[in-house]
Amino acid sequence: MSGHAGESFAELPVAPKPALRRFHQARWDEPIIFEQSRPGRRGIAVPAAGVPPVELPDAVRRAEPPKLPEMSQLHVLRHYVRLSQENLGVDQAIAVGQGTCTMKYSPKVNDRFVTDPRIAELHPLQPEDTVQGVLEIYWRLERMFAEISGMHRVSLQPASGSAAIYANIAMIRAYHASRGDGERRDQVITTMFSHPSNAACAKVAGYEVITLMPDENGYPDIEALRAAAGPRTAALMITNPEDTGIFNPRIEEFVRIVHEAGGLACYDQANANGLLGVTRAADAGFDLCHFNLHKTFSTPHMCGGPAGGASCVSEALAPFLPGPTVEFDGEKYHLDADRPLSVGKTRPFLGVTPNVVRAYAWIAALGAQGLREVAETAVLNNNYLMHKILQIPGASAHWPGGRVEQVRYSWQGLFEETGVHSEEIGVRAADFGVHYWTSHHPYLVPEPFTLEPTESYSQEDLDEYAAILAHVADEARRDPDLVRGAPYNQTIHKIDPTSLEDPKQWSPTWRAYTRKHLA
Amino acid sequence: MTHPYIPNAEPGVRAEMLAAIGAASVEDFYAAIPEGLRLGRPLDLPEPMASEHELVAHMRGLLARNTDTTELLSFLGHGCYPHHVPAVCDEVNGRSEFLTAYAGEPYEDHGRFQAIFEYVSMMAELLEMDVVNVPTYDGHQAAGTAIRMAARYTGRSKVLLSGAVAADKMSKLRDFLDHDIELVIAPVGPGGEIGDVEIDETFAAIYLETPNVYGVVETRGRELADLAHAVGALLVVSADPISLGVLAPPASYGADIACGDIQSLGMHQSYGGGQAGYIATRDEERLVAEFPSRLFGIAPTAVPGEYGFGDVFYDRTSFALREEGKEWVGTAAALWGITAGVYLALMGPQGMREIGETILARTRYAMDRLTEAGARVLHADSVHFREFAIETPSSDALLAALREHGILGGVRLDDRTLLVCVTERHSKHDIDRLAAAVQEGLA
Repeated sequence: MSGHAGESFAELPVAPKPALRRFHQARWDEPIIFEQSRPGRRGIAVPAAGVPPVELPDAVRRAEPPKLPEMSQLHVLRHYVRLSQENLGVDQAIAVGQGTCTMKYSPKVNDRFVTDPRIAELHPLQPEDTVQGVLEIYWRLERMFAEISGMHRVSLQPASGSAAIYANIAMIRAYHASRGDGERRDQVITTMFSHPSNAACAKVAGYEVITLMPDENGYPDIEALRAAAGPRTAALMITNPEDTGIFNPRIEEFVRIVHEAGGLACYDQANANGLLGVTRAADAGFDLCHFNLHKTFSTPHMCGGPAGGASCVSEALAPFLPGPTVEFDGEKYHLDADRPLSVGKTRPFLGVTPNVVRAYAWIAALGAQGLREVAETAVLNNNYLMHKILQIPGASAHWPGGRVEQVRYSWQGLFEETGVHSEEIGVRAADFGVHYWTSHHPYLVPEPFTLEPTESYSQEDLDEYAAILAHVADEARRDPDLVRGAPYNQTIHKIDPTSLEDPKQWSPTWRAYTRKHLA
Repeated sequence: MTHPYIPNAEPGVRAEMLAAIGAASVEDFYAAIPEGLRLGRPLDLPEPMASEHELVAHMRGLLARNTDTTELLSFLGHGCYPHHVPAVCDEVNGRSEFLTAYAGEPYEDHGRFQAIFEYVSMMAELLEMDVVNVPTYDGHQAAGTAIRMAARYTGRSKVLLSGAVAADKMSKLRDFLDHDIELVIAPVGPGGEIGDVEIDETFAAIYLETPNVYGVVETRGRELADLAHAVGALLVVSADPISLGVLAPPASYGADIACGDIQSLGMHQSYGGGQAGYIATRDEERLVAEFPSRLFGIAPTAVPGEYGFGDVFYDRTSFALREEGKEWVGTAAALWGITAGVYLALMGPQGMREIGETILARTRYAMDRLTEAGARVLHADSVHFREFAIETPSSDALLAALREHGILGGVRLDDRTLLVCVTERHSKHDIDRLAAAVQEGLA
């Protein structure tokens, strides 16, 4: 009880907020769902057959019922609502710490369009006259991406950015094969700061991968490209700006070198957010490019997908696009599956439709001027945040020069001084309610961290994020063990990951865990 | 006007930030982009919607030109299925904390790790296998990767594929595998099951689907597993998880890798947007090493009784090793995995058995009713789950006749063959309506 007269422990006005938020993440200490099961309970009723049952032959009949949890509806719901609260999404947090991922605001209104039955309850093989609205959205979005990239045609079929990279490589392979040049051209050139999927997808498609390393200024080494390009070159797969945030000003020359060798140039535009309406893939001579709907074009990241990719190609590559394509005859929209040179299907049906709808609505709401404003603000935000971060002793941008929409920073200075690693800084930062990511491997930039503030965050957000990192860096100096022992204000405490690499102990499912550890 | 999505577009804020940096204009930050590469004009895009209301009105106009499967009576399946989606599934995957989070780390996104761990764990019980991946894009990709895993595991580059596979899936498999894995197609037998099979020591795997493209449940799984194992090959089985409350899981008859699509488990049809793929194996280090996907496992924390999670065996992925990793990994379909977990938790063992029984019974009922209506049902003596094929004088003519009754009668497989899909959403009355319309259409 409180409120007894004369028993005041504080006074109005309420004191000002401290410099940093006194954050604590939800901590429900939630058991694994199987631990909440009681035989006989159930979460939903199923329609009874209402017609005679079918007796299955022994060979196909399940012998034992699956050991799934048995729970009432409220308890299933409550469990998952609690787990949802133990996350930091864009809607709660200042999500600038997941560089390369372009964590921006996904407008709520766009989610409504995709839960409408006229999207959610559409079957992908319905007759064309019953799906003119969704086909028009596909068509309009394709034309928008054609304009944004300067390319001729676009496929929205790929399920993600990496799937679009694979689709692009499949088209490159089909293009060279159609010219009788497929056997000889067995190499793909990429760069160390292009997303790893460029290298990995090329390998799966059967190519030998050549990776260009950065030169002393952080640019991909053009001399190495000259040495690598030749009659065996199928394509250059390159990101620009690369994951360092550095724009390669000689990109046109890179493209020319590869073209002169008879190869194709393919642009990974995962980092397009700072370039919308500024410069286009076609302007630098690229033959193919791709966008991620869930990065630049705002569709929510959904804990790791569903995502969406747009593969954009020049006129020469258009015959190889995945099929069917959406076509418009001036009156009606229809699907064209009669495309003999097509690489075929890269995914079931036409694409990740909910994200196609969201991306369309996002561009429709912004228009040309809005997209340009997105790009300029993303770049302004990044340079502002960089300005703040570089004032923190021990932080650096590793390479000189400007950055576009993100920066791969380094804590090498702080590490040399304190012995605290970048990962540990990130875990401690989570105690203040933000996420922070290091880098893909290998860590060419030592003690890396990658920030990408997009256009969605306010100046105050950026100030807060920089203040958190400055505070944690200061803690690393004053009390490194405090940082190493983090987190304290998170859902859980410090994890011991050693069992995750040990086949005798690892437990990738509850079934494996109970067998190995609870038997 | 400062756009509502772009807080720092406000001119005063912009000026203050530029001043703080010491830049004259945003143009300074684009100095690295050569003049020749600049677009130099505004993008040629439609005029923006000036308000949220106008956007809604515009989108409503587009959506009004769709007619969905709650307005038409649809028997379309063929890889995307009209199952009931429990409201709790929509509630959970609509939570903005799940919707707007990303890959995250095991601390600040603990809930996401636990929810995905629980999804794979419930799938593991359904499949009776100990290892299940964080979802890949869809069942097509899952099949392609499962076959590649078998090829890497055995060091062989030839696979025997059931011919009873959907044409678009076959197209994907060819695009994904053809250049370094030889695909030998097994004939379809008279009952609609896989026909005669011959393999030798050069084969990496037999790939089977059940129910297959014709809705036929394959009954010779054990025999095929034995055949494969006798020559050191694997059995890879694609199975729809919604059937596994009643049908034997692939592992029970000797499959080494199971795979498939989880759209049936709580995802709307969404014009093909609800697909996600699973891959499962036993817990054998050499097999686990072949997964490209992330795998999440339990790890202890500093506090007794607290579950932590992390990546199992990370150093096989392209995130860790680029082209030296196994295929590639990236953003795929995590939220559909979480949703499928919610679905399985709601259904439990009883619900999964009951839905299987209902679908089996209604599929058979529809086959019988259409036979009575004069349709020729293919493979009528075989066990079917959810789908069956009928032969008609003209697919197009029958579909057109059914449309007159507001019915989407099935997926056209060819000029004379239609594939009809029946789920728990189709009542006896719906099926009777279809039968009556088919009778009239064939008359």
